[in-house]
Amino acid sequence: MDPALFLDGPVFSMTVAVSILPEQQLAALNAAYSKALARKRLRLLAGFAVFVAALIVASIGAEVNLRTFFTYFGNFISYFDRILTLDSGQRVWTNFGEWFWGLRKWLKLLGETLLISYVGTLIGAVLAFLLNFFSAENTSPAPWLRFTVRRLLEFARTVPGIVFALIFVMAFGLGPVAGVLAIAIHSTGALGKQFSEIVENADMKPVEGIRSTGASWISCMRFAILPQVSAGYASYALLRFEINVREASVMGFVGAGGIGQELIVAIRKFYYSDVSAILVTIIVTVFLIDITTGWVRAHLFGKEARN
Amino acid sequence: MSKPQDVDTAELRARYPDVFNRPASARLATPSMLVAALAIFVFGLVDLDFSPSRFITGLSQLGWISMMMMPPDPGSSLPLYLQALGETLSIALLGTTLAALLALPVSLLAARNIVPHIVRFPVRRFLDSIRGVDTLIWALVWINVVGLGPFAGVLAIAVSDFGAFGKLFSEAIEGADQRQVEGIRASGGSALHEIRFGLLPQVLPVIAGQVLYFIESNTRSATIIGIVGAGGIGLQLAEQIRVLEWQKVSFLILMILVAVAAIDFISGKLRFAIIGRRAVA
Repeated sequence: MDPALFLDGPVFSMTVAVSILPEQQLAALNAAYSKALARKRLRLLAGFAVFVAALIVASIGAEVNLRTFFTYFGNFISYFDRILTLDSGQRVWTNFGEWFWGLRKWLKLLGETLLISYVGTLIGAVLAFLLNFFSAENTSPAPWLRFTVRRLLEFARTVPGIVFALIFVMAFGLGPVAGVLAIAIHSTGALGKQFSEIVENADMKPVEGIRSTGASWISCMRFAILPQVSAGYASYALLRFEINVREASVMGFVGAGGIGQELIVAIRKFYYSDVSAILVTIIVTVFLIDITTGWVRAHLFGKEARN
Repeated sequence: MSKPQDVDTAELRARYPDVFNRPASARLATPSMLVAALAIFVFGLVDLDFSPSRFITGLSQLGWISMMMMPPDPGSSLPLYLQALGETLSIALLGTTLAALLALPVSLLAARNIVPHIVRFPVRRFLDSIRGVDTLIWALVWINVVGLGPFAGVLAIAVSDFGAFGKLFSEAIEGADQRQVEGIRASGGSALHEIRFGLLPQVLPVIAGQVLYFIESNTRSATIIGIVGAGGIGLQLAEQIRVLEWQKVSFLILMILVAVAAIDFISGKLRFAIIGRRAVA
């Protein structure tokens, strides 16, 4: 509401107008108002009832057991107590050397995780780059091509990366190759959509200018669209790299390389202090990557592109 | 025409020396970055064991697997799969709701316009570290606590979304218009009145939109937490992949795709109904 409206004329005239309303008219208005309010409340209540019913059905479906929850909730708290205790019974931070006894091995695996996400993101970005002009509304050469590419990208980003990883582990064998390809495919789907959205927002006048000189479709893309969109591409690719670092840290759960393998073994075999040490190294790495890519983005595209 | 551009260039060169003689550092910046990116890429390929022969055998294997996947066929386990899908949807719904309920009060403690910096800072860092841990890891932790099954999945999604919601909600609260809060204060309302009547009406639609969006994305997360044993359709999927029942695998993937598309559709409709078409476009 505009505050200026509040300060002059209308307020005064409104109070006058309200005070001289005849009794009947006021009653009618009041009745209409409370009726409207009652209808709104009823709708809200009905929505709420449907929601609660859905929750109840869901809690039966998900085998929610509050008794288990309350009996074992202490375990959840004490789990953190346990992962912060060394085998000797001391707190982990009293003896960093023993807490991070495997740091060399973990750092190597973390390096592998970062490489997996880097190579995967790059492959995904290149594929997305090759495909996105076909799926954007304004640059696609043919509707059937656009439809096909869009469905392909949708498929690539809807199937979770780790499901691809599970299948690729069967095809390519255990190891980082499966992880890289899984991340590459998922990134192709996600980036392909974001890239084509940038292209759809691009100015089409340069394209017309270049087409009028008799240039081919490829030249149009290269000289009219690409200069407008390349900064946006790089920004989204960096963001995707950040996301992929997190994703790659769990690829090892299904045998697709990286630090995840070590983490799942530590959790399953109850190597408590190792769990916390690996988690700390992962969280610190993720923070560092976020900060670095934020810095790179700020330097490449100026301050406003940071978010 | 007698090459007018030659004359122009010479004059322009004299007038704008900076444009024509860019320092080597500026000219080399982009190519050297590309070379560095390519070098890391090649190093990565070598370090991660990408050999051409492995890649080719893998691809042919993958082609064989895709052939085996056709046509998708659930065999006799369709009821089991439908039940698992229901479990997955339940996990997503319950986990997201629980996370939203827990995150709402905490997000007030992380909003700049509600609490002083000294409270906000630790709460924010706490939420950041929760978000730094993947949902799958939380699932493993909860399995240790409440045992295998969908309940662990609900709790895992609740915890990891709690971190995300805390951040998003507090940002919504920080973006709210202060004037309505001031109005409540001016008419003699207490701090709680300010939140209830000044803030919540502004932020609830935004929050509802975000929660719906998360139910969508959690349908995807809930499909995978089964892989580590936390219930839902992921459990079936991982099992069928392990025993190489590819027709069932493709059927399960198809079910996931359909379910995600259906949830997308429903929550999109609901979001339009709650916050209007423009706010989400």
